Amino acid sequence: MTSVLGFFQAIPYEELLIQTVNGIVTGMILALIASGLTLIFGIMDVVNFAHGELFMFGAYMGVVVLAATGSFWLALLLASLIVALIGAALQITTLRPLLGRDPLTTILATFGISLVMQNYALWQFGPVARKIQEPFTGQFTLFHLQYPWYRVLIAALSAAIIGAFWLFLKYGTYGIWIRATTQDRVMAEAMGIPVLWVHTAVFAIGAGMAAASGVLFGPLVGVNHAMGLDWVLKAFIVVVVGGMGNLGGSIAASIFISLLEAYASIWVSPAQAVIVSFVVLILTLLFRPTGLFVPTPK
Amino acid sequence: MSPDPKPMERLVAVEDVHTYYGKSHILHGVSLHVGSGEVVGLLGRNGVGKSTTLKTIMGLIHPTRGKVLFAGKPVTNLPAHKLARLGVGYVPEDRRIFRLLTVMENLRTGLDRHGMTEARKQELLDKAFAYFPVLAERRNQAGGTLSGGEQQMLAIARAMMLEPKIILLDEPTEGLMPRMVSQIRQIIDVLHRDGVAILLVEQNVPLTLEASQRIYIMEKGAVRHHCQASALRVDDPVIHQYLGV
Repeated sequence: MTSVLGFFQAIPYEELLIQTVNGIVTGMILALIASGLTLIFGIMDVVNFAHGELFMFGAYMGVVVLAATGSFWLALLLASLIVALIGAALQITTLRPLLGRDPLTTILATFGISLVMQNYALWQFGPVARKIQEPFTGQFTLFHLQYPWYRVLIAALSAAIIGAFWLFLKYGTYGIWIRATTQDRVMAEAMGIPVLWVHTAVFAIGAGMAAASGVLFGPLVGVNHAMGLDWVLKAFIVVVVGGMGNLGGSIAASIFISLLEAYASIWVSPAQAVIVSFVVLILTLLFRPTGLFVPTPK
Repeated sequence: MSPDPKPMERLVAVEDVHTYYGKSHILHGVSLHVGSGEVVGLLGRNGVGKSTTLKTIMGLIHPTRGKVLFAGKPVTNLPAHKLARLGVGYVPEDRRIFRLLTVMENLRTGLDRHGMTEARKQELLDKAFAYFPVLAERRNQAGGTLSGGEQQMLAIARAMMLEPKIILLDEPTEGLMPRMVSQIRQIIDVLHRDGVAILLVEQNVPLTLEASQRIYIMEKGAVRHHCQASALRVDDPVIHQYLGV
């Protein structure tokens, strides 16, 4: 009895709350990256290995636009638009010709794109990490910590972007086209929906969302050519755990895994805490390979 | 009397079409046509290429040889979405309802297109709901939760949203209860009265003979017989020969 009591007394509740906030912030950024990834998979069965590089490109575009204009918000907007256009161009030139081929070919193609983009960034911007200045530096007191408001803003903005996108999918004409195409490509085509362009648009939207998260996350870490790797790996885990192609599942899984990692970092180092997400991935693949957040098929 | 309508009234014409699925040769030179506002039945056993003929007209499969004409213009290699915009509605054999979309969203896939006014959209919806009141009741229900008959109605209503000049109907009564079958039969007549042409693929011979003006009978990937519907009876030797009822 005393030992149980002792266990509960030993939990650092303040830390727990701080890590909850941290977990939600990272979770929302991750959700923003993963929703594009899962949507692209859902609609065209393409596992986009270049998604992390679109995130990285977004961050660099943010650096460039910020340097030119001095406005963080303009940088966020323009970087997303530019990378969305790059995404559309990539889809048209490399993925569209591969439509209907073995999924392996699209994996190779997107992997190739990711290498080209990484090395382009290295060549263009050099190996030294760049910094994006956050739009404001205010802080508030969270127990013993001075917690930056900017982090809270990241979570709120990511949630707003995902929310707006969800509303678009639910009510917008083009949103209905996207959902119809995801469910039945051939019938969508027969209803007059230009499926090839829907694919391009979805890829562009996914790229734009990845870029937005790159700019938003830029101020927290340095911007460098390899920054996409960590995130895309985590985004892949989230997409599998959430159920491939399932948008709501990916968002839930992003927050779930980020919270678990944040809690784990109370007891172990943050680098070791990453193990948690792999454990979740392995358990999911073993016991529920269709995804944790997918309703059981009847 | 020749069963042909005047050539200039041909809305859809298929000329000597050869279609392959991979290496298997499915259509061996199919030729047929449908006049404006005409109901044409396409009969034949399973696997003779009836559905493939419809898919070829719709642009879902492109033929390796031969031509498809719509209103006199070649459309052989147009993608399906362009044919849909020209006025070809497609109701596939397995209905292919967007299962996770609501009834209303299913209809909106055909309704939300360039140049449609809100008033015109409402008019089309009112018309469809008048024909199929059950769809109005279930407008916010997911398509996948409807019964087989209701899904068939939704598939037809969805095609009607395109304001088609012709509807390609693939086995609309398959697996339906008799009450539903007669409802589908009525809707074919209503569409016909509205001036919509129909190319009807069916296994239900009596219904097809009743609903159609002309009949084509296919065997082994080609049209073997062509006549006025009134010239055929259900127990006709031709029917026995090709359909083996």
